[in-house]
Amino acid sequence: METLTYNGTQIEVNAEGYLKDMNQWTPELAREMASQENIELTDKHFEVLNWLRAKQKEGTPLSIRKVGNSGLVDIKQFYQLFPGGPLKISSKLAGIPKPASCI
Amino acid sequence: MSTIITQVVGREYLYCTNQPENQMKKLVILGAGTAGTMMANKLYRNLNQDVWEITIVDKDENHYYQPGFLFIPFGIYQPEEVIRPKREFLPKGVKFLIDNVQKIEGEQNQVVLASGTVLPYDILVVATGAVPVPEETEGLKGKLWYKDIFDFYSYEGTTRLAKKLENWQGGKLVINLAETLIKCPVAPLEFTFLADAYFTEKGMRDKVEISYVTPLSGAFTKPKATAMLSKLLEEKQIQVVPDFYVQMVDNDRKVLISYDGQEVPFDLLVSVPVNKGDAVIKASNLGDEDGLNFVPTDKHTLQSKKFENMFVIGDATNVPASKAGSVAHFEAEILTENILSYIISEPFRAKFDGHSNCFIETGHGKATLIDFNYDTEPLPGKFPFAVVGPMDLLKVTRANHLGKLAFKWVYWHMLLTGKKLPVSTNMSMAGKQLETA
Repeated sequence: METLTYNGTQIEVNAEGYLKDMNQWTPELAREMASQENIELTDKHFEVLNWLRAKQKEGTPLSIRKVGNSGLVDIKQFYQLFPGGPLKISSKLAGIPKPASCI
Repeated sequence: MSTIITQVVGREYLYCTNQPENQMKKLVILGAGTAGTMMANKLYRNLNQDVWEITIVDKDENHYYQPGFLFIPFGIYQPEEVIRPKREFLPKGVKFLIDNVQKIEGEQNQVVLASGTVLPYDILVVATGAVPVPEETEGLKGKLWYKDIFDFYSYEGTTRLAKKLENWQGGKLVINLAETLIKCPVAPLEFTFLADAYFTEKGMRDKVEISYVTPLSGAFTKPKATAMLSKLLEEKQIQVVPDFYVQMVDNDRKVLISYDGQEVPFDLLVSVPVNKGDAVIKASNLGDEDGLNFVPTDKHTLQSKKFENMFVIGDATNVPASKAGSVAHFEAEILTENILSYIISEPFRAKFDGHSNCFIETGHGKATLIDFNYDTEPLPGKFPFAVVGPMDLLKVTRANHLGKLAFKWVYWHMLLTGKKLPVSTNMSMAGKQLETA
């Protein structure tokens, strides 16, 4: 079992570092995790993270395209906020499971 | 409703007979592709034909064997092998209308066709499928379209690509997936393996540089299958460019450009364009919020999330399973049972588990096979029967390839007409190995 320790609290994560329980997420934890990805979180980042968390709660399957249609950012901006793999990284920082790529 | 059913005995539904035609119950199926055709056959067999009138609508009178599109560019299948008239596969008692569906009016329980015909329904089955839409990607359908840029998911694309490959002299061949959510997610890999074999057999493999450019993080989505397929790609000297989400195609410079500014040059681009559900889904305001026109559907019961007398099957749904014929086949078994339960106001008993089963052609007369569902990734083992197989899961064998070729016969003669196949509807763990030795 892998864990992160943040502010004295043990937080369970899976082998890829995704939180097992999204309710253990806090904005501070997100900042801490982001710094490991060399990302400094801005208000815009948090808008996206909160949107992802809300969608996850609704049970909506997530995709880059869906974020691009969210009205918050377009796909290009999404890449600028979370370079490399925007959905993979943002979902990790949002404390939600890695979205299953649809197959 | 309750006046019609007089007795329910097991799976036998007995009804008062001889309803006047105008009082008959109406079941409408939109789309006569793989899923719609199977549903027409199964429902016709299971519903009382004196009570239920079944109508199926499609804009095309021809049925295309879509798995065959993969083989056409390499001359393995001829175009005429993949087309048959739809009527051949529909029961005589089912009304078949060739028309465009203009709008589904769920509140009014009716469908409006382009000809002006209005079809009222008691139950609607949406089986409108998915199509490649190259227009979604800037520059994809530009001046190089069907010159140096092709798709193979359409009849026109695949037949034109066959002609192109006959005389192509070599260069950079790029296979690109524009989206992760596509029909038959293994087909682009199969195309890549077959291209490697085709150019090898032509004695020109050294003149072709093959790249597989994908928005996924690897060759495939499921870990064990990805590991196996990545190894195969490496052996065949195919370069994989992962995490590449294409924004546009520059026709003048012949490069693919991703949203984060990466570039991949090509001489010949084989694209799997963005796949979308039918335009009628958008026109009827029934689509998912990603704008891809797939219908929000309960992933276990296949009931629409918006209307209780609307059911969705096959590529048209947004359920997180592959968009593939095998999935439509397993769904058809479940949906038939659930529609019968719905008719007698009983709770749904059948639950779809996301079962998917795909042969993956790997070239040179061999193939591998994967079998999985919502919760279980593809595992090695034997299929469809434990120990004896005869097919091997996650292994490249001749038997798997013969299975894939034999499937065309099964498709035309058994699957479409709803005959029982020796494969369980829900995924079975029999024959699967949890840990690889």
